[in-house]
Amino acid sequence: MGSEPRMASWEEAGLTAKEYDEICEQLRRPPNALELGMYGLMWSEHCSYKSSLLHLEQLPTEGERVLQGPGENAGIIDLGDGLAAAFRIESHNHPSAVEPVQGAATGVGGILRDILAVGARPIALLDSLRFGNLHDSRVEHLFSGVVSGISQYGNSVGVPTVGGEVYFDDAYADNPLVNVMCVGIMSTEQLTRGTAVGPGNPVYIVGAPTGRDGIHGASLLASRQLGDGDGDMRPAVQVGDPFREKLLIEGCLEMLQSDAVIGLNDLGAAGLTSAASETAARGGTGMDIDIRAVPRRESDMTPYEIMLSESQERMLVIGRRGCEEEIEETFRRWELDAACIGKVTNDEVLSIRDGERILAHIPVQSLTSGAPRYDRPTRPPSDCAAREAGAEEIPIPHDAGDALLQMLSHPNLCSRRSIYRQYDHMVGIDTVLTPGADAAVLRIKGTERGLALVTDGNGMLCRLDPERGAAQTVAESYRNICAVGGEPLAVTNCLNFADPEHPEVMHAFQQVVQGMARACRELNTPVTGGNVSFYNQTLDRGIAPTPVIGMVGSVDDVSRCPGRGFQRPGDAVLMAGQINTAKLAASQYLNIMHGLQEGPVPEVDYDAERRAGELCRRAIMEDAVHSATDISDGGLMIAVSECGAASDEGLGCRLDLTDSRRPDELLFGEGGPRYLLTVPEDQIDTLVCLARETQCPVERIGTVGGSEVQVHVNGELILRASVPSLCRARGEGLT
Amino acid sequence: MCGGVIVQFCVVTYPGSNCDRDCYYVIGEVLAEPVRYLRHWAEHVPRGTSCVVLPGGFSYGDYLRPGAIAARMPVTGAIEDFAAGGGLVLGICNGFQILCEAGLLPGSLIVNDHLAFSCLPVHVRVEGDPSPFTHSLKQGEVLRMPIAHRDGNYRPPSDGAQPQVALRYCSPAGELGEDYNPNGSQYSTAAITNERGNVMGMMPHPERCAESILGGEDGMRVLQSAVDWWKEVGSYGI
Repeated sequence: MGSEPRMASWEEAGLTAKEYDEICEQLRRPPNALELGMYGLMWSEHCSYKSSLLHLEQLPTEGERVLQGPGENAGIIDLGDGLAAAFRIESHNHPSAVEPVQGAATGVGGILRDILAVGARPIALLDSLRFGNLHDSRVEHLFSGVVSGISQYGNSVGVPTVGGEVYFDDAYADNPLVNVMCVGIMSTEQLTRGTAVGPGNPVYIVGAPTGRDGIHGASLLASRQLGDGDGDMRPAVQVGDPFREKLLIEGCLEMLQSDAVIGLNDLGAAGLTSAASETAARGGTGMDIDIRAVPRRESDMTPYEIMLSESQERMLVIGRRGCEEEIEETFRRWELDAACIGKVTNDEVLSIRDGERILAHIPVQSLTSGAPRYDRPTRPPSDCAAREAGAEEIPIPHDAGDALLQMLSHPNLCSRRSIYRQYDHMVGIDTVLTPGADAAVLRIKGTERGLALVTDGNGMLCRLDPERGAAQTVAESYRNICAVGGEPLAVTNCLNFADPEHPEVMHAFQQVVQGMARACRELNTPVTGGNVSFYNQTLDRGIAPTPVIGMVGSVDDVSRCPGRGFQRPGDAVLMAGQINTAKLAASQYLNIMHGLQEGPVPEVDYDAERRAGELCRRAIMEDAVHSATDISDGGLMIAVSECGAASDEGLGCRLDLTDSRRPDELLFGEGGPRYLLTVPEDQIDTLVCLARETQCPVERIGTVGGSEVQVHVNGELILRASVPSLCRARGEGLT
Repeated sequence: MCGGVIVQFCVVTYPGSNCDRDCYYVIGEVLAEPVRYLRHWAEHVPRGTSCVVLPGGFSYGDYLRPGAIAARMPVTGAIEDFAAGGGLVLGICNGFQILCEAGLLPGSLIVNDHLAFSCLPVHVRVEGDPSPFTHSLKQGEVLRMPIAHRDGNYRPPSDGAQPQVALRYCSPAGELGEDYNPNGSQYSTAAITNERGNVMGMMPHPERCAESILGGEDGMRVLQSAVDWWKEVGSYGI
């Protein structure tokens, strides 16, 4: 067998001595250098999920709507009428930390191809971003780079960026998080699997030629901590070409109109090695690949480089024997090279040749599922007790209006317009509710229906209490979908954590998965797939545990989706849900105004959650409301301010509250499902009926009107701010 | 009186066009006129075509310069012949850039003065003598349409010739001013036509505001103008 001296030791491949021994055992011989490199990728944390798999098994993955759960390129849910939605979220944290523009851009590119691989047309992107404090110029560089990378790639490729979230906290100063979700739509007949079946069928690599970029991306960059020498890792970051990606999307979708194609797979992390072995493993087959046939950018690339390259904009296409001409011709029309690099075999072995010379010969299952599963030790954090401290000591603010303006202009609560105006969020002409809404809503052309899409994460809550924090994250997504009138259907998740070899990190991971599993089960939103990103840690500084949820909901009639802006003077302002349970503990008010990230995280009351969600959704679909929003970060006053700022007429409101709690708790407290609805007088009865039917409390708290927001508590005016001043404050946070 | 006149549209797909499907949908389903795709290698505009639409997007990735490579494709030559024969040509966003690069419209579009991509609704005011694309609109009328571009800063040709401006960026009430100019275009130019009026380039996207569910229908009025004009005037020869 040929061997290459470039990488000799297991350590350089990112493996442990024990893992090396395991490889020798499975192969019944020592691997050569190329084989070792391939194992290094496939057995990396990033590809093998070796530290997480044991825990992930707890997640509910089945449901009546689920057509395809985890394990494929993307999850797929049935929308009825022969339509299905494919979706997945993925992280590109490490590449973005090293090279923000290309790191983020190729994160977008990679997730688009995952959706394409199941035969769906990508119709929406959402990004969940985390950075350190913006006062740090390095953070500012990362932030603007990531936004510009997403903008460059997403805009060019013609898939709208319709939503997402961004959050700033010192916990992410060294390790920014860039999670990208993509959603696609397809007819159920078009469902394609990343499967190689039918021995003798040709295997194509389509798209960009293979270059030296991204070698070791999955094994050494994504599966290790970042350190001082990471500038040197820059060649492990790939460079994106959205133009070629666009051609790839159109070429593959056209190709799928015929039955010449059997399977599709993205060449993403771990490149050709992963795509070839994963498709063969799913098909229960093997694959024979001649690396001479792989188009490459440089002529002197070694087999090792070809097999490990993570060059972007490439797809593996399993064709049907006899259709070679049709396949090559279709891709040629889209100016894409389709090179036949081998064929499907029935020996369940991935065989890599250079002409006649065999370079690697590995049982497929050994690569894809032979990696050890680790039950890593866990330990609860030592400083847990300190977090139980309450918020009673905090002084009550002298001027609630000032506090509100200060909260609104904080980067974590302010308007995201300066970001999303750089994203084309309208291409595709489906975006009914644009960024800035509780959830994005896209119509499905030719029907009245639509999709509601959202991403949410909350590292602060998960650090305080990983289990409850994760459950609250799922609940928040659920509320956002209900607030636009959607029925929550399913989730994808991206679990961002520090070093799994650290027992406290692993403890948090296990707790997060547990909390998420319970919440997803209770709220009937199964997990159809996702991604785990460990090693978001630099030296001894790790990120807060940050599970990000991407949720998809179904909207029966998109023409009823109201948005959150106040619409008409005289409308009643109603609050629905758990009206009087909000607390200052673990709130953004404590965090922003007092620098305190503490307090017990409330448990999710699933009954209340379901009832309130149903009430909000039905009120919207019965056309009883003029606006709706969920009350979340920053509490009631932030929600009210957003409704005023989103009002086309600049309408304010007057709230009359009767309550004996501290005013800051009343105005800025958080917790529980709470929806703010505005309702015309003649529809109040409808809401009263709905409240009875759903057993969800609803209370009138005020009236829309004027150009100010006024709050009276027990008859006394305690807060007054003009809508333009609220808009101004919201506009200041990210400039 | 216009019964029986068919207004056949063609939407051009260059590699990297990404609003071609949107234009096709709006023309076919909302405007309800016959429409077909035309690919970049086509050497002729099909006989019977009334209006060719060059859609937005990133033809050839905007590599080199936006529109520069697309302008050198066979179909662009075909469109030139078609325009010379009096056919209607509408370039939207990247399509406008291609028309300038191809010399079918004067001037050029350079990077926005704030150097970033902007996707947002703007207001534009109908200007100048009626052209086929403003035929059914009133001079001074204000329309609300979205823009989405990084290179929409219009510069007239250096020979001092003044282009025929069809739309200018303005306030909701129709006033001109820097505050309402989203990209630094000279004289707030949002759309221009050739001298004859049958070729128009515009940065705003009419296809993105042709249905009330997407927040407005002003884009329909531009497209409907072209249809009305063709039925009333164009089909009888320019």
